[in-house]
Amino acid sequence: MNLADLTAHELAARFAAGEATAVAATEAALERIRATDDRLHAFLTVTGEQALHDAAGVDAARQRGEALGPLAGVPLALKDVLVTKGVRTTAGSKILDEFVPPYDATVVTRLRQAGVVILGKTNMDEFAMGSSTENSGFGPTRNPWDPSRVPGGSSGGSAAAVAAGLATLGIGTDTGGSIRQPASLCGIVGVKPTYGLVSRYGLIAFASSLDQVGPLTRDVRDAATLLEAISGHDPMDSTSIPEAPTDFSSRLEAGVDGLRVGVVDELFLEGTDAGVLARVREALDRLERLGARLEPCSLPSFEYALSAYYLIAPAECSSNLARYDGVRWGLRAKDAGDVVDMMQRTRQAGFGPEVKRRIMLGTYALSAGYYDAYYGQAQKVRTLVLRELQAAFQRFDLLAGPTSPSVAFPIGERVDDPLAMYLSDVFTIPVNLAGNAAVSVPAGLADGLPVGLQLIAPALGEATMLRAAWAFEQDLGLGARPKEVRP
Amino acid sequence: MPISRADVQHVARLARLALTDEELDRFQAQLSLILDEADKIKRLPTEGVPPTAHPLPRVNVWRDDTPGPCLTREEALSTAPEVEQDRFMVPRIIEEEP
Repeated sequence: MNLADLTAHELAARFAAGEATAVAATEAALERIRATDDRLHAFLTVTGEQALHDAAGVDAARQRGEALGPLAGVPLALKDVLVTKGVRTTAGSKILDEFVPPYDATVVTRLRQAGVVILGKTNMDEFAMGSSTENSGFGPTRNPWDPSRVPGGSSGGSAAAVAAGLATLGIGTDTGGSIRQPASLCGIVGVKPTYGLVSRYGLIAFASSLDQVGPLTRDVRDAATLLEAISGHDPMDSTSIPEAPTDFSSRLEAGVDGLRVGVVDELFLEGTDAGVLARVREALDRLERLGARLEPCSLPSFEYALSAYYLIAPAECSSNLARYDGVRWGLRAKDAGDVVDMMQRTRQAGFGPEVKRRIMLGTYALSAGYYDAYYGQAQKVRTLVLRELQAAFQRFDLLAGPTSPSVAFPIGERVDDPLAMYLSDVFTIPVNLAGNAAVSVPAGLADGLPVGLQLIAPALGEATMLRAAWAFEQDLGLGARPKEVRP
Repeated sequence: MPISRADVQHVARLARLALTDEELDRFQAQLSLILDEADKIKRLPTEGVPPTAHPLPRVNVWRDDTPGPCLTREEALSTAPEVEQDRFMVPRIIEEEP
């Protein structure tokens, strides 16, 4: 048994029984990183010394008999889009190559307060724009199940790290599927919380009305516990919900008997992998056997959600990324003539192709003459998606379907074909537009690669959603783990 | 909808991107394809449907106007590429009179 392969609740039990220490768990994770990350490239920055120091602090507190939370001493991989005081934060972009933030994101502060040991910062698609982690300015992350394939994205570094035992827990962000899709492709659990449940203070913004921070874990219980640690009202984020639920784990084992689950027609699109469809159909049968009441459900606006998203998200990105102008942070082009020249050359040198493409698309969709036809119409489609989901949740407790239309795809396959890459998120995007919650939970393998089941809950319905995910996971049994990168 | 090279150049100027000729060509082709796909939302009848800018119906989130902890001047300037006299340094903004 290697401590790096245990879940957080298994580690916590060993810590409490005096059978393991936080330092030993952290050393096991750092050893796994040393042994495998040359190949995986899950981390951009490893803060090993700080991690061991923090772990020793947790062990000392435990020795003194201090009351510690369930995640104290557990090693975690943090997506490099959350700012960390004194530790380089790049958002996967060359334009922030040397950015050392002067403050911590609220999520980081809460993790530290919970005694979580942060191992370092993980790789991601530049500014979280992508579905494969190939858009990182620092090279791709590989999938631990098959290193010739992508881990998904944009939170691919955190997902690969958790799947391969480089960290027990991971933090990702989800703007259009960037937690759920890599969770699906790496065979782990990923939660996109309700918009406003987790603070965005200190999260480097991509699309502010869509971005949410959430857990990537090896089982559902860990996801519930990690969500409890990072969620809750934050006065530093005006979109933070003041009175949201705080308990996602006490009724985890209550089962799914009588739960009404809508099976969304529009999430079983033509072109979806046969292996994905087979595993998800089996998963739905399993939920039914466990007592859930399944019924078909049609949400026709979902067909338009992808197009609406690829106008709204780039529009917000083009505004948010205006701040990278070479003045306050990051890169500045040398020897520029005037200030406009400096800004243009800085942005040209610092941004990668996908970020430029989305800035261009968003600027176009917001520009005079096109605003109503594109951005305005997309916002109306957003209303229709929201209304349809709200109506569906009058009849159903949860909705279900696949997380991703395919298993992990080969590195290089979609990177020069933006539309093919955008289709990777077709099943996850509607939830971001509507702001409600969803989880991807492992549903077995197809051709040796993981498939994820997506369960979608109404806003603030995380407790019920995780209860169903837990019942499913326990009945299926925690499946195979990636073997490729085991030392 | 096909987008012209002049459109791409105009948008690049608005977005402060000094794109190369090769990028202008590539983005012209790619943006046209993406906008073709996006055009399908125009088929959806939306008369009388209000726009949604944000999933939460929260407006005017106030707090008491009391000072709290904030970054020091040194911390705020620590991330800047160039600083002079406790200020962010930028290249010339206003042209000199000839």
